[in-house]
Amino acid sequence: MHLRQRILRLTPYLLLAPGILWLLVFYVYPSIQMFISSFWSGSLETGYTVSLANWTTYAGAIDRYGEQFLRSIVYGAAATVICFLIAYPLAYTIAFRGGRYKSLLLFLVIAPFFTSFLLRTQSWKIILGDDGILFGPLKDLGVLPEEFRVLATPVAVVAGIAYNFLPFMTLPIYVSLEKLDGRLVEAAKDLYAGPWRPTGTVVGGIVGALVAIGLAGAFEYVIPVWAVVGALVGAVIGTAFLSESFVRVVLPLSLPGVFAGSLLTFIPSVGDFVNAELLGNTQTRMIGNVIQSRFLENNDYPTAAALSFILMAGILIAVAVYARLLGTDELTSARG
Amino acid sequence: MSDVTDDGVAVRADSPRQRPLRDRLARAVDRYLLWGYAGLAILYLMLPVVVMALFSVNDPPGRSNLSWHGFSFDAWLDPFGVPGLFDVVRTSVLIAFLSTIVATGLGTLIALALVRYRFRGSSTTNLLIFLPMATPEIVLGASLLTLFVAIGQPPLFPTNFVTILIAHIMFNISFVVVTVRARLYGFDRHLEEAAMDLGANEWTTFWKVTFPMILPGILAAALLAFSLSIDDYVITSFTAGRTSTFPIFIWGSARVGVPVQVNVIGTAFFLIAVGFVAITSYLGSRAERPLPPPRPEPDERAATPVVERTRASVPQPEG
Repeated sequence: MHLRQRILRLTPYLLLAPGILWLLVFYVYPSIQMFISSFWSGSLETGYTVSLANWTTYAGAIDRYGEQFLRSIVYGAAATVICFLIAYPLAYTIAFRGGRYKSLLLFLVIAPFFTSFLLRTQSWKIILGDDGILFGPLKDLGVLPEEFRVLATPVAVVAGIAYNFLPFMTLPIYVSLEKLDGRLVEAAKDLYAGPWRPTGTVVGGIVGALVAIGLAGAFEYVIPVWAVVGALVGAVIGTAFLSESFVRVVLPLSLPGVFAGSLLTFIPSVGDFVNAELLGNTQTRMIGNVIQSRFLENNDYPTAAALSFILMAGILIAVAVYARLLGTDELTSARG
Repeated sequence: MSDVTDDGVAVRADSPRQRPLRDRLARAVDRYLLWGYAGLAILYLMLPVVVMALFSVNDPPGRSNLSWHGFSFDAWLDPFGVPGLFDVVRTSVLIAFLSTIVATGLGTLIALALVRYRFRGSSTTNLLIFLPMATPEIVLGASLLTLFVAIGQPPLFPTNFVTILIAHIMFNISFVVVTVRARLYGFDRHLEEAAMDLGANEWTTFWKVTFPMILPGILAAALLAFSLSIDDYVITSFTAGRTSTFPIFIWGSARVGVPVQVNVIGTAFFLIAVGFVAITSYLGSRAERPLPPPRPEPDERAATPVVERTRASVPQPEG
C-alpha cells in the first residue's frame, strides 16, 4: 500500500513529463540559445564564437531598425484598437442577443481559421486591389477618384492584421460577457441607472477624438479632420447607446476579457510580417520583415537573434505585467 | 429614449404596462443597429473566405488570379494540375497528421495532470503552457532556427522535414492542453467514483468512463492542432530548409501569381474542416445532453450520484 501511494503521488509528474520535456527542449532552450546567438560573431562556414563584446550587435540593430520597431508597435496598437471596436459589439450581440444562434455565430467567428492564413490575405489583395472587385466598380461610377488606393498603404496592412487576429479579441470578450450575471444589471436599473447623459456625450466625444487621432496618425491621414469626425461619432454613441448600467456594470466586469483579448491581439500583431509583405510596400516594413530577411535571406544570425530577443523580451515584460495584475487564468481559459 | 441603452439581458416582452411609442421605436433601432453591426462584422470575417472560394472557379488567362475573368470549373476537375502542388500538399498533410497525433497525446496527458491533481509546480506548468501561445510565431521560428544552427549537424541542420515536425508538435501542445482542459473542467467526478464503487479499477474506469466523456474535447483539440499545422507558414518558413509545404508554396507563388488550383485546395480544406467541426460538435452536444431517467440496467445505475445511493441503502431509523 505504501508503494502504491508513492506511485499515486508521482502520477501527475509522469503525465506531465513527456509534453513538458518537449516544451523545455524546443521552446525554453531555443529561447536561451537565441540570446546566446545574439552574441555570436563569425559565419556559418567558419563557425561562431560567443563574446560579450558583441553587445554592439544590439546597439547596431536598434540604431538601424528602430524605425521598423516603432512602426510595428504603432501598427500593432492600431490593429488592436480596430479589433476592439469591431469585437466588443460583436461579442456583446452574441452573448446577450445570440439566443439559439449563439453557437452558430461563434462558429462563424472562428470559421476563417479553417482557411489558409496566406490565402485569406491573398483574398484581401484581390478585394482591395486598385481596380479590384470593390474599388473598380466604385471608380467606374465616379464615387471614388481614380487615384484612390488602399492596397500598398498602411491602412491595408493594419486592416489585414486586424482581420487576422479579430477572433483572438472576440472570444475572450465573449467569455467574460457570457459569465456576467444579468441580475446585476437588473439591480443597477432598480437603483435608477438610466441613460448616460450628459456625461456620455462628453466622454464619448473625447474618447472618439483620441481614437481617431491615433488611427489617423498611424495611417498618415490628416489628423484634425479625423479628430472632428471621431469626436462626432463618439458623442453620438455616448449619447444614444451607452447607459449607466452598461458603463458602470457590464463594461467593468468585461474588462478582464478586454485585457486578455488586447494582449492576444497585440502580441501576434507586432510580430507579423505576412500582411506587411503581401498588402504593404517598402515604406510599411515591420520588424518581422526585417527579422525574416536577416535570418533567411542574409543568414545574418546574430543581428536577427538580437532583434528577435528584443521583441521577445518586450512581450515577456508585457505578459509579466499582465499576469501580475490579473493572473494567467483568464488568458489561458479565454483561448479555449 | 430611456431604454435605448439596454444591457442586453432578456427584456420581459409581456410587460403589462404599454410602453410609449418613442420607447418602442428606440428599442427597435437599438436591436437592429446592434444586429446590423454584428452582421457587418461577420461579413468582414467571412468575405475573404467567400472570395477565395469564388476565385477557385475563376478562369484567368495566365497564372495570376487577381481579377475575375469568368466562370470555369476546370481547376476543380484537375486540382493538382500545377507542377509540384501534389507533393507539397502531401508533405503538409503528413506533417499535420504526425504532429497532431503526437501533440494531442502529449497535450491530453498534461491537461489530465493539471485538472485532476494538485501538485507542486502546477502554476509554473500553466505559465509554460501559456507562453508559446503568447510568443509571436516569428520568435518561435527564429529561436528554433538558432538552436538548429547552433547544433549544426544532421538530422537538425540543414533544416528539413524532421525540424518542421518538431516545431509543429511544439506549438500544438499548448493549444491541445487548453482545449482538452476546458472539457475536463466540466467533468462530473461522481461518474468515476460510481464506477470504482462498482468494482472497476483505475484503468477500466479511465477507458470506460473518463475517456469516452472527454473524447469530444480530444477530437476538437486534434482538429485544432491539424488545422494549425496545415496552415502554418511563419514558423515553418524558419524550420523548413529545402522542404516545401503548401503554405510555403503559396508564399513562393504569391509574387508571380497564385494559380487557381491553390484556391481549389484551400476551399476543399475549408469544407472538410467545417464538416469535421459539425461532426465533433454534434458528438459533443450528444455527450452533454442530460442523462435519460434511470433504467434498471447496470450501466445506467452507475450514473446516479454515489452519495444518494449510499444514503438510500443505509437503513433509516424508524419513526
